[in-house]
Amino acid sequence: MTSAKPMIELKDVQKWYGDYHALRGINAEIRAGEFFSLLGPSGCGKTTLLRTIAGFEDITSGVVMIDGKSMEDVPANKRPTNMVFQSYAIFPHLSVEQNVGFGLRRDPRTAAEKQKAVDETLEMVGLKGYGKRAAHALSGGQRQRVALARALILKPKVLLLDEPLSALDKKMREHMQVELIKLQRQVGITFILVTHDQEEALVMSDRIAVMFEGEIAQLDDPETLYRRPKTRKVADFIGVMNFLPATILSEAGGKVEIEVQGFGRASIDADQVSNSHDGAAAVGFRPETLTILYEGQTPLDREAPGIIEEVVYYGDMTYYDVKLDGVTEPVRISMRNVFGREVLERGARTRVAWSSGALVLFR
Amino acid sequence: MKPNPSGLRSYTIIYLIFLYAPILLLPLFAFNDGTIIAFPLKGFTTKWFEQLAGSDQLLNAVKNSLIVASASAIGATVLAIFAARASTRYDFKGKGGLMALIMLPLVLPEIIIAMAILVVLLQMGLNLGLHTIILGHMLMCTPFAIAILTAAFQSLDKSLEEAAYDLGEDAFSTFRLIILPLVLPGIISSLLISFTISMDEFILAAFLGGTETTLPVYIYSQLRFPKAIPVIMAVATCLVAVSICLLIVAEYFRRRGIAKTGGKDTGGFL
Repeated sequence: MTSAKPMIELKDVQKWYGDYHALRGINAEIRAGEFFSLLGPSGCGKTTLLRTIAGFEDITSGVVMIDGKSMEDVPANKRPTNMVFQSYAIFPHLSVEQNVGFGLRRDPRTAAEKQKAVDETLEMVGLKGYGKRAAHALSGGQRQRVALARALILKPKVLLLDEPLSALDKKMREHMQVELIKLQRQVGITFILVTHDQEEALVMSDRIAVMFEGEIAQLDDPETLYRRPKTRKVADFIGVMNFLPATILSEAGGKVEIEVQGFGRASIDADQVSNSHDGAAAVGFRPETLTILYEGQTPLDREAPGIIEEVVYYGDMTYYDVKLDGVTEPVRISMRNVFGREVLERGARTRVAWSSGALVLFR
Repeated sequence: MKPNPSGLRSYTIIYLIFLYAPILLLPLFAFNDGTIIAFPLKGFTTKWFEQLAGSDQLLNAVKNSLIVASASAIGATVLAIFAARASTRYDFKGKGGLMALIMLPLVLPEIIIAMAILVVLLQMGLNLGLHTIILGHMLMCTPFAIAILTAAFQSLDKSLEEAAYDLGEDAFSTFRLIILPLVLPGIISSLLISFTISMDEFILAAFLGGTETTLPVYIYSQLRFPKAIPVIMAVATCLVAVSICLLIVAEYFRRRGIAKTGGKDTGGFL
């Protein structure tokens, strides 16, 4: 559904609140029809950036373009964006259909046509027949749907979602994640989601911008972000990543020779090297890229000996914290609990299979 | 209920009797067929109410009071809407001090305010009359109105306004379509409370009224004539009834407003 044409262009967007530098030069292009997420811890500026696109915040300098037009001097009520607020902001004194139809007040269509649009939108979000209900009598999930319908009925070019799922319980949240993806595919509108939940961002987005302290640290599709984080900070924020100290032995012809504590020597591709410089060199790898080897099993690539320090049983998964020989800090390994495979005991000696292709070198 | 060895319950009962028994005496003597306010009661009559209805002076005072109370209630509430909106929505330098100064008339002795205003008005060469009482009463009522309306505006989620704005409304239509309906119960409650306060107020009305008398001033002036006292009892009975009704209506609207916006009750006047 995505096309190459940028729907939103952000050029060196700066925002100061007095002495506080909230947005420190944001540059990004958001494509038409993509599901884009702004991911980061609280206070990283992601909500400020979203509100900047919506027009609720003035920017100190820089350019915000939506669909090829500069949004300078365009107030929020004239922008082709609509927002789903974190609190949903359902008008408590209006009924569900009055809420959904609120934005059509200035629409020149007849009342019957507007009613039809309201009914269709309610059906789209799964609230058919709820039109006459009082808004304050709805459940959290229903309010969220009303908020979605109210924003989508105006067919905006961009739908902005400010942590829309954070108020829902886990089950409901996971359910709504899938519904939102389906809805986005159905309407084809560019969605920009603000979230602090990395899992949510990975599940829902076509591309994710990870933000720290008013800057975009990395902008990539979920898989690249997860497999090739550019900095240790991004790696730490998204999922679990193990780190082992490493030394670079040589670099030549697109290959990097490294010595990894606990693993030994390894040869990796130059594109496995993160270009950020934050502290001592270390290799990072995800828990699922390691495998515990049972008796008689041989590794696909390499193996390292160690001792199981901790076993965390999750039902479908077991996490093992394994201290590799010659390493002080244990590494976390996640193993799917396949039928017939026993869960190992704490304190047992084991062998760990690893692959140099799964390593990321931070230096 | 737990046993009450400290006698707190009897204390409470005595306290309430002391507070309300005198008020209960008002209707008793208002319907008593006798000019002397003393027991034993003589018999039932409604003639004091008939006299009340026939007294031009009294009716004029009632009319004046209604004019003053309505005008002060509207004036104070309008001012309070601005102040409450500003204090709940915006941050500006000296806000705390400013709000404290606005709320100060709540605790300042009324007689000092009355004298101060009188001196200023006379210095300015303004004639005293209903308009000067209205000014004084607005000063008295505004802090109460602000207290009520601040609560109403505070329970209003800011993103409701932003949502309306986002959906294409401008600042004025957002106020009309979203903010006003949601704070309307607070506004009604503020109008009623201000009205009641102004209706009862004596000192400012006496100082600033010039030749015009409001109801409380009239009642006070009549206390010198023993014959007029039963009529005063009848007037007072009416006043108490009206005041209680107004307070109940005001509290009803305040609570409904909080329930409507989904806020929590942080205490009111009743």
